[in-house]
Amino acid sequence: MSLQYSDEDRAFMDEVRTWFLDNTPAHLKGEAFMFGEMSADDNVAWCRELHRQGWAAIHWPKEYGGTDWTQTRKHIFEMVRAETQAPLSYCMGVNLLGPVIYSFGTEEQKSRYLPRILNYDDWWCQGYSEPGAGSDLASLKTKAEKKDDHYLVNGSKIWTSYAHMATKIFCLVRTSSAGKKQEGISFLLFDMDAEGVEVRPIRSIDGKHHLNQVFFTDVKVPLENLVGDEGQGWSIAKYLLTHERTNIARIPMSKVMLAQVKELTTRAAGDGTVGDREQIAERLAEIEIDLNLLEFMNSQMLAQTDAGKAPGAESSMLKIKGTSIQQRLAELRLEIAGYEGYDWQGDITDDETQILTAASQYNFSRASTIYGGSNEVQYGVMAKAVLGL
Amino acid sequence: MPLELTEEQQLLRESVERFVERDYTFDKRTAMLAEDAPFSRELWRHFAELGWLGAGLPESAGGYGGGPVEQAVICEALGRAMVLEPFVSTAVVGAHALQMADNRELADALMPQLTEGELVVALAYAEQGARFDLHHVATRARRSGNTYSLTGDKIAVLDAPGADKLIVSARVDDEVRGKDGVALFLVDRDASGLHVGAFRTMDGSSAANVTLSQTPAELLVGEGRGLAALEQCVERGIAARCAMAAGAMDTAYMQTLAYLKTREQFGVPIGSFQVLQHRMVDMLIAVRECQSMMLMVADDVIDPDDAERRAGVAAAKTFVSKRARNVAQDIVQLHGGVGMTEELSIGHFFRYLTQFGSTYGTAAHHLERYTEITRQH
Repeated sequence: MSLQYSDEDRAFMDEVRTWFLDNTPAHLKGEAFMFGEMSADDNVAWCRELHRQGWAAIHWPKEYGGTDWTQTRKHIFEMVRAETQAPLSYCMGVNLLGPVIYSFGTEEQKSRYLPRILNYDDWWCQGYSEPGAGSDLASLKTKAEKKDDHYLVNGSKIWTSYAHMATKIFCLVRTSSAGKKQEGISFLLFDMDAEGVEVRPIRSIDGKHHLNQVFFTDVKVPLENLVGDEGQGWSIAKYLLTHERTNIARIPMSKVMLAQVKELTTRAAGDGTVGDREQIAERLAEIEIDLNLLEFMNSQMLAQTDAGKAPGAESSMLKIKGTSIQQRLAELRLEIAGYEGYDWQGDITDDETQILTAASQYNFSRASTIYGGSNEVQYGVMAKAVLGL
Repeated sequence: MPLELTEEQQLLRESVERFVERDYTFDKRTAMLAEDAPFSRELWRHFAELGWLGAGLPESAGGYGGGPVEQAVICEALGRAMVLEPFVSTAVVGAHALQMADNRELADALMPQLTEGELVVALAYAEQGARFDLHHVATRARRSGNTYSLTGDKIAVLDAPGADKLIVSARVDDEVRGKDGVALFLVDRDASGLHVGAFRTMDGSSAANVTLSQTPAELLVGEGRGLAALEQCVERGIAARCAMAAGAMDTAYMQTLAYLKTREQFGVPIGSFQVLQHRMVDMLIAVRECQSMMLMVADDVIDPDDAERRAGVAAAKTFVSKRARNVAQDIVQLHGGVGMTEELSIGHFFRYLTQFGSTYGTAAHHLERYTEITRQH
């Protein structure tokens, strides 16, 4: 990757910028689905808009509906997307399931699922964690018994984001309890409206409902919904987690947040502005320096991996640094809000959105070092796989 | 400086602790939060009967001869249960405002009502754009003969929705950041032109944004002394809230420790992992530091030397705010996903400690003040 952009790259940059400026709906500028600022309908509509342009899944291989862009172009695209404050949509299908299907799925599964993911015809949720299987994911107990023409699924998944909106779930299930616990895990796809699927909402400390517990009681899943072989689920999960970890660095989201927090520093505070106070400008500058470097390192790392191949244990580094930046930004915004943000569930006005949502966003930001493999797990991965300790 | 509690103070601590453990359970608090009432008047009267509302006040003020240490001991125990009743607003800050009053007749009439649980007050000082500067007051007081009327907006007035009277800072001159023109007034909850926009803050307690339009008010502390009185009221509030935070941190710490001993992953309790053990030791140290700091600052707030007193309070708020933030973050992190929910008390301790961090000013605000106060000239 070179950051000395060619004339063609500059033309590409202009094209992307123009498209985002022309097509971003004004009411969604800088908004994020995960922060509850964007409705489910808007989320789907925006993803479809990107899909019409061929940009729903730029990191996928072109043959499956992605792009054949160089890493430099992908980097340019993400930069411009953040700079223009395009909405931060949410799509588990594109970010997590798609790469699994085109890497491990049958031809039939590819043609059946990938186009529907790109067009957001299905809303996918992820069934990984269980009440007794968090950091120790491999100890999961949700059981899928093979019957004549189906698997019979029983068990429960927890922390399932947006399960209450999802139409489908991709799930890690236990198809065998013989041998090592990792070897009996399989990767299964099924419908959320199948008989025996129940969703219990869990309210989180941001005062909102994103999380759920999902219960399965004798859910019948067709045999052809298995991805990969029986027992291959753990390898798929590891592959997918490295994808999630690079994505979890959430650099575009942090860039949008940084711009928002910077704007907040111009608010009145006494005889000056917030930026004059409590070393807020300096603290923000430090975060900005870290974020710009992380963005560069992220692109470097992607450039070093072949298209389609998941990055290695270094992705843990991105997660550790990326989540720290997200949390520091959320913390600084909460501090800027001060007393003005105490009415944390009050009616949001256009001018004060960033202040009134500061508390709930800060509270939810604490989850980023827990989900997708807690940061303690990431340190363990790095120590073992990179340091050889 | 009191290095250890007297026997009476220890008995007081134990009695409040016993009460909250038995009668202020997490389930009961959760049920109270579902109600419309900002807090329980019944419990409040009970606090009065037990003598807690006057325990930290001198006998001259209708109290039982105690001081900030008694208040700290009570607050530490109340913090363990994240008690929603307006103890700090009324029995600490409000009581101190009455003690500082120029208008003795008014104050002497109100003090017994306050200690008997019949009068709940809240301090309305914060304003939009003021950050945490006490002297930044745009609310105007106009005098007409012997009566005053107030006009302006106050934000984040803690405990206002359930209060019978508000203590309001307002200025008699036109200089928004002038230090001499600030005075303190008492406003009746049902006074004309008073609008109380109630909400619950993230820690579950009640608060309001308050609008005053030519609202009749009684003078409590006049210009010239008003700002100093306000500052001392806030200092008392800081000391008391540091104690509440210390109590909350200690209980949250113990719950987290219990979780680490029972939650198993990889076939062993997660407390057997060294990386988590070290974090728990850090947490224990932070809690013990804050429990000591709460007694240090209880002594500092009565220091007759202005600079010493201010520096001590700024130091305490800086320190305890930072530790409270770290502990809040760690109790959630060590619980994992379940710490992110509203279903366990841990998530509520997180919110309680997070909000404490900015009440009466953030750590960074008080660090700046400390630097300013202690700078060598």
